[in-house]
Amino acid sequence: MSRPAAGRRGGDARLGVNPITCRAHGLCAELLPELIGLDEWGYPILAASPVPPQLLEMARDAVAACPTLALRLSGAR
Amino acid sequence: MSQQVLWYISRGTGMVSLLLLSTTMVLGALTGGRFAHASWPRFTVSGLHRSMSLVGLGFVGAHVATAVIDSYAGIGWLDVLVPFTSVYRPLWLGLGAIAFDLVVALVATSLMRPRIDPRGWRIVHWAAYACWPLAVAHGLGAGPADARLTWVLAVNAGCVLAVVVAVTWRATASHPDTVARGGGGW
Repeated sequence: MSRPAAGRRGGDARLGVNPITCRAHGLCAELLPELIGLDEWGYPILAASPVPPQLLEMARDAVAACPTLALRLSGAR
Repeated sequence: MSQQVLWYISRGTGMVSLLLLSTTMVLGALTGGRFAHASWPRFTVSGLHRSMSLVGLGFVGAHVATAVIDSYAGIGWLDVLVPFTSVYRPLWLGLGAIAFDLVVALVATSLMRPRIDPRGWRIVHWAAYACWPLAVAHGLGAGPADARLTWVLAVNAGCVLAVVVAVTWRATASHPDTVARGGGGW
């Protein structure tokens, strides 16, 4: 029984952050305020829900803009 | 006449390179110090840092290419990459060659960043602090006739001042992340 790969049908894309490599630059929260907030020290707080399809492109931009490559998007085609 | 044109283009693109590389340094220091302002969000600073470095590399490329293609000074392609081999002003062109090698390494490692070790990228990126002063010294030393002009000196002084202020700010800026990692302002 093989499970279908996550995200192949869309809707399962999720943001993740590597807490070790994240250096609290905060670009992600500027670029994707819909899904990313900042805590009082400037580290991102990610929405627990999957990335809605209409925000996928912006989520990719936020991932690409991360100065330390700590933000990841998984499950997106 | 056409040779003179090449020589003038080389000096002009060299000056523009100085401005662009200095701007890149300032924007890089602002990024490292987590500078943010309502009208200057961080993605703007970071994005400009990236674009300025790429445009800067373009101008440095034009500066180097025209200097070599122009046969007057007898600068060879190898002199561009290997420092202190030039017949024409070996010391000052040598500093420029080191700066050129470093700029290429800086841009190349940044473009390959997702595929290389982050610590390696970081070490290479710190070389910017060696690259930029070498480039400034090269500009002042390789073109002594130009460097005597008041406006050229003023541009150089403005660039040095801007970078020194930005780097000093970065070195002293306090941010929760750098404090938590015990790294002072860096």
